[in-house]
This record gives sequence, structure tokens and C-alpha cells, in this order.
Amino acid sequence: MSTRGPVATHRSSTGIPAGRLAVWWLLASEIFIFGGLIACFVLFKLNGTPGFEDASETSVVAGAFNTFVLLTSSLTVVLAHAAVERGDREKAFTYIWYTFAAGIVFLMVKVYEYSGKILSGHTITENLFWSFYYTMTGLHALHVIGGMVVMALISFDVRKGYNYQRVELIGLYWHFVDLVWIFLFPLFYIANF
Amino acid sequence: MSEAAAAIHTEDHAEHHEELSFLYKYILPVDHKMIAMQYMFTGLIMAVIGGYFAYVFRMQLAYPGESVPFFGIVGPGEYNMMVTNHGTIMIFWVAMPVLIAAFGNFLIPLMCGCDDMVFPRLNRLSYQIFLVSALVLILSFFVKGGGFGGAWTAYPPLSSVPEFSLTDWGASLWVLAVALEFVSFLLGGINFVTTAMNARAPGMKMLDIPIAVWFIVIAVILFMASVGPLIAGAVMLFMDQRIGTTFFLPSGGGDPLLWEHLFWFFGHPEVYVVLLPTMGIVADIITVFSRKKLFGYRTVLYTAFATGGLSFVVWAHHQFVAGIDPRMANVFVVTTVLISIPIAEMLFSYIATLYGGSIEYTTPMLWALSFLFAFLIGGVTGIYLGASALDVYFHDSYFVLAHFHYTFFPITIIGMFAAITFWFPKMFGRMMNETLGKIHFWGTFIPFNCIFLPLFFLGLAGQHRRIYNYDHFPDLATEELQDIRVFATASLVIMLIFQVIFLYNFFYSMFKGEKAPDNPWKANTLEWTVPSPPPHGNFKTLPTVYRGAYEYSVPGREMDYWPQNMPPDES
Ligand code: HEM
Ligand SMILES: [Cu+2]
Repeated sequence: MSTRGPVATHRSSTGIPAGRLAVWWLLASEIFIFGGLIACFVLFKLNGTPGFEDASETSVVAGAFNTFVLLTSSLTVVLAHAAVERGDREKAFTYIWYTFAAGIVFLMVKVYEYSGKILSGHTITENLFWSFYYTMTGLHALHVIGGMVVMALISFDVRKGYNYQRVELIGLYWHFVDLVWIFLFPLFYIANF
Repeated sequence: MSEAAAAIHTEDHAEHHEELSFLYKYILPVDHKMIAMQYMFTGLIMAVIGGYFAYVFRMQLAYPGESVPFFGIVGPGEYNMMVTNHGTIMIFWVAMPVLIAAFGNFLIPLMCGCDDMVFPRLNRLSYQIFLVSALVLILSFFVKGGGFGGAWTAYPPLSSVPEFSLTDWGASLWVLAVALEFVSFLLGGINFVTTAMNARAPGMKMLDIPIAVWFIVIAVILFMASVGPLIAGAVMLFMDQRIGTTFFLPSGGGDPLLWEHLFWFFGHPEVYVVLLPTMGIVADIITVFSRKKLFGYRTVLYTAFATGGLSFVVWAHHQFVAGIDPRMANVFVVTTVLISIPIAEMLFSYIATLYGGSIEYTTPMLWALSFLFAFLIGGVTGIYLGASALDVYFHDSYFVLAHFHYTFFPITIIGMFAAITFWFPKMFGRMMNETLGKIHFWGTFIPFNCIFLPLFFLGLAGQHRRIYNYDHFPDLATEELQDIRVFATASLVIMLIFQVIFLYNFFYSMFKGEKAPDNPWKANTLEWTVPSPPPHGNFKTLPTVYRGAYEYSVPGREMDYWPQNMPPDES
């Protein structure tokens, strides 16, 4: 183990590496942020707030396709982790960039959806449904972008052979981003009662 | 994971050289002690701003419409801006940075027996975001229209519609500053929790951890679990302000009550977020200066968990008159009364600790004891407010204001002075002057009671909060009531003057004070086993822990204390 840096970083009274604890912590705080938004959305919906029937206007096909893209990317990030565990840096590098590419596809579909909706008059201020739609999917998209940036940065380190544990950490994060989408998809695309 | 473990952090800590340049030592430090100083001094500067605001608006209340020395005539907008930002600053930019961030940073690695926080660079980043948040808040006072004046609770639509708040950008920058502060503490929390969980000295079991560390960790967890929905709310409020969404506007289908729920779902746990660190600090101080074992370590710890859990289900006691369903109000009355049980239990444990001890009235001990006394008044008056029938009358009166100042002042100001006077020798390697410390104590504590006790009576007499000039309300402009206001304001001015003594003592002692030994108070916890001030890396050889933190006056031992790292066969 490296002798540089504080001893504290390498200690493990719990038996769990500090990095993993930290990412869990980060994700826990994220759960409360997205959880707050989702709870607000659901409360408004249950209250029969006008405008929520507009969920029928979103394209289930686009949403389902994006769900598929994100689920696939969760698989590639797992494969990247598995590769790094075996010490196969090149494979890991490739899988990280597959995941990155899936992120690009996801975002392109979102851009296509957003622009179509805005052109047909469904702007963020039209009613509460669309306010929630843009806020929550937008916040989610920002998380996708953030994850992609981090992935790009760590991929080169991994190829050079260090900071392997970061693949696992970004993987945890990416699963979370995926999971949030699994909640957003039914709320905004399917539940149009 | 083995190969990955081998590759851990090879390039991560390039900045750990022995000789650090000025820039890296003082401006961009990664050392937890220096970051603690940054938080502390930023917090103290913010406290001066918050205190100045209090001075100005109290003068306006005592002498309505007259020019205030060092300020001038106070306009209604300025009054609201100062009240709002006084509250915001004292909670988010004084209590949290000083109690949690400064002492958390200073104490957690030292008390847990390690050389730094687990993620030093993340620690530095948390401070930098915190600093930016403070600067954004200060900037908000100077934009067109002035700083935000819609109360620290920022209820919409007042806070969300510029035509109502009259502070278009002031309100938005306020929201932004608060949100940044939240992010900074979420990131900082990662360090506090992982360090206490993972980086403890060998031998230090969960129940050997000093209460001060435990309580900071619990506070950070409470913060993390309560602030998320409010961050979501802050995003929504910001969008209402800037893009014209209507999340909180009934005219567009939104609901202003939703904000109140989001705010208080955070707001009530937040009071325990700031309470717990001080409770922990006080536990450590009273055991040292009564030379007794903490009474019921486990009880104290478990009641803190209970308090933390309950604090998530009491929030609507702030909304009894906000139009919530009265049946729901009943539920919240019950939970509110319930939460006083663990708090009382904690206080009784502390009092039992003192009972029969050989009490030394040093300055930190005076602060700690006065905390217990003052907080008791705050807690007891909270029970009155928790009864919805009474609260219908009390709500938004000076009774509420006096209640929460009897909680917040002890927590923030008394807690801060207790901690600073206790750990000053460790932080700066010199002792503070005891005589000056005691003068400052009495000069703060007596005026504090003179400010806030009378306010309970003003509240009972029907004096509403958030009124800029009582001359406009003939019922409240009577001479007796005005006399009480003048008395409270005069007490405040006296208290502020006494703070000069503290500042003098603080800075004089920092450079000229008597040199401090390693363990001036004969305490058990690990920070007292290293030189004062601790060097970079803290411990020459990292300690091993053999026992809990509170082994004072153990029968059959010659020494009346028993450092945590002293091997059992030595004495
Ligand atoms: C024994 C525990 C406590 C109980 C039962 C209690 C109860 C209450 C109740 C019912 C109110 C609402 C009054 C109203 O607005 O009409 C209130 C207000 C308040 N309490 Fe407490 N409280 C307790 C402890 C604390 C503590 C420890 C703090 C601070 C650290 C605190 C800070 C506040 C603040 C800031 C407000 C006013 C908020 C505002 O409207 O601006 N309380 N308390
Ligand atoms: Cu409360």
C-alpha cells in the first residue's frame, strides 16, 4: 500500500474502503434530493393538479429507448469494473468509453425530445407538469453529464495503470443515475391517468 | 480488490511536502487543523456581521425612526433585510461552520487518533465552497433593491415574486448562497463521517469515541437526511424567481404550503444539527472539570439517536396556524412533546455527571454550566409552543422569538465560547487569561438573560414578531412595552461591548499568552497527548486506544484521570 498521503485515508475500521463509504454517502444525499422532488411531484399528481394529464404527450417510445440505453450502459460499466479486477486495463478503458457513448446517445434523445416539446408549445412555464418534467429530467441529465466527465477523466489513469478503485466508484454512481431514471420514466411517460 | 488496493492513491497527495509554501499552508491548506481555523475565522467574521445587524435593528425597535449610531436612519426594507440575514447568518454561517466544521475538523482526527481527515482535498474544497457561499450572501446585500428581507424561512409567494419581495436579485442570491452552503456541508459531511467511521486509532471501539465526535457525526447524518428535500425546494424556489415557474404559486396551480413543509422538514432537524455538537462539547467539558465519568454514556448516546429520529416527525409544529389539517396538528403535538423526553434525559445525565463531582469553575466550565441552565429554559418554553392550542396565540410572537433565542444563543454563542476557551491551548499553544475570560463570561451571560427574558413577557403581552416600528400599532406602542424594548436593547449593547474583552483576550493570548503544556486540563482524550499546537501529522507515533474517554477519578488509581492511550499496565 502507498505510503504517501495521510494514514487516515488508508485506515479501515469498518473494513470498507474509504472511497466506497464516501460514494455511498454522496448517493444517500442524492437520494434525498431526488426523493424530495419525486415526493412533491407525486403529491401534486395525487391532488389532481391540472396539467398532469399532459404526461400523455411525452413519447413513451423515446423514454423506453432511453431506459434501454441507460440499462445497457450500466452493464458496460460493470464489465469495465470486472475487467479492471482482472487487471485488463485496455478492456476496462474500452468499456468505460462504451458507457460514455451510451451517455451521449441518451443525451441526444433528450435534446430531440426537449426541442420537439418546446416547439409544440410545452415550455417549462406552461403548467406544473412541464415545470417538473424539465426540472427533474434536466437535473438528471446534469448528473449524466457529470458522470460522463468523471468517466472520461479516470479512463486515462486506468489505462496507465493506477487508481483502479475509481472504476468501481464511478460504477456505483452510474447505477444510481440509472436508478433515478427508472423512477422518472414511469412518472413522466407512463402514468398518464 | 487486491490489485486495485495496490494502486490506491499513487499520485493523490503530491502536496504533502514537509516545507509548505505560505500559499499552501495558509490559503490552500489540506491540513485539517488549518482548515478548522479557516472555518472558525470565517464564522467569527460572519458573527460580527450578524451581531452588527442585531444591534441596528434592536436600536430601531428601541428608538423607532431615530438615526442609529454607526448606521443612520433604518428604512423598512433595510430593517427586514437585516432581520432576515441576521437569522440566516447566525444559523448557516456561524453555528454550522464554527460548531460543526471548525471543531469537527479540529477534533475528529485528533480525538480519533489519526493524522488528518480521510479526504484532505475534499475537505479543502468544502471550505472553498463555503467561502464562496458567504461571499455570495454578502454580495446579495449590495445588489439593486438590497438584500432579501422575507425572513430566514423565506415563505413564498413573498420570497418568490419580485413584486412582493421588492428584492429581485437579493432574494435569488440569498437562495443561491444558502444552497451553496448546503452543498459545502454535504461534501464536508463525507469527511466527518468517513473519518470517524474508518480512521479511528486501533483499539478505539464505537463506545470509546468521545461524545463530542459522536454528536458531530450524528448531526452531520441528520443534516444529510433532512436537507435533500430542501435543496430540491431551493431549486424550485429559484426557478419560480428566475424563470417564472409556479411551483409555490397558487395562481399557477402550485402550493405555498409545500415550501413550508420542505423548509421545516429540514428546519426542525436543523435545530438538532446545531444542538448536538454543542451538547457533545459540553459533555467533554463537564466531565473534565468535575473529574467524573460521564453519567450514562450509552444513555446519552442512545437518546441522541432517539432525538435524531424523532426530529423528522415534528416539523409541522411550526405550521399550526398555517392552514394544516387540525387532525394532523394533533399528531404533531404528540411527537413534539415526545421529543422533549430524550432531550430532558440528556440534560439529566449531564446534571447527574456534575452531582458529587469536584467542580472547578474555570472559564470553559462556566460556559458549559451556563449552557445547561439557559438551554433548559429554551427547551421548557418549547413544550408550551408545542401545544397547538397555546401556539395559536403564541405563534409569530416574541414568545417564540425568546424561545428560540434561549436555544440558539446557548448553542451557538455559549457553545462556541465554551469550545474556544477549552481548546484554545491546543489550537494555539498558549493559555487564555482566566480573569479576562471570567469577566467576559459574566459580561455576556447576564446581559443575554436581560435581553431575552423580557421578550417572553412582550410575547405574552401580544407583541408580534417582524414589526419594524411599533409606533404604528397603538396597542403595542404603550410606554411599559417600550420601556422593556429599550431595556433589552440596552442589554444587547452592553453585551456587545463586553465582546471587546474576548477579542482582546483571544488575540493577545494567541501571541503573548502563557505557553500551554500538552495537557493543561488533565483530560483523557487523545488530542491532549500531543504537543500544543499539534504538528503537521498530529501524532509522532499513531496512538493505540485502551479505554473510553471518561475514566476520571477511577477508584484505586493514583492519578484522577486515565488517558485513552495509556497502556493498562502503566500508571
Ligand atoms: C425541547 C425541544 C423543543 C420544542 C418542544 C420546541 C418547540 C417549538 C415550537 C412548537 C415552535 C414553533 C412556534 C411557532 O412558530 O409558533 C418552535 C419554534 C422554534 N424553535 Fe423550538 N423547540 C424545541 C427545541 C428547539 C431547539 C433545540 C432549537 C434550536 C436549536 C429551537 C429553535 C427554534 C426556532 C428557530 C424556532 C422559530 C422558527 C421561526 O419561526 O423562525 N427549538 N419551537
Ligand atoms: Cu421545530
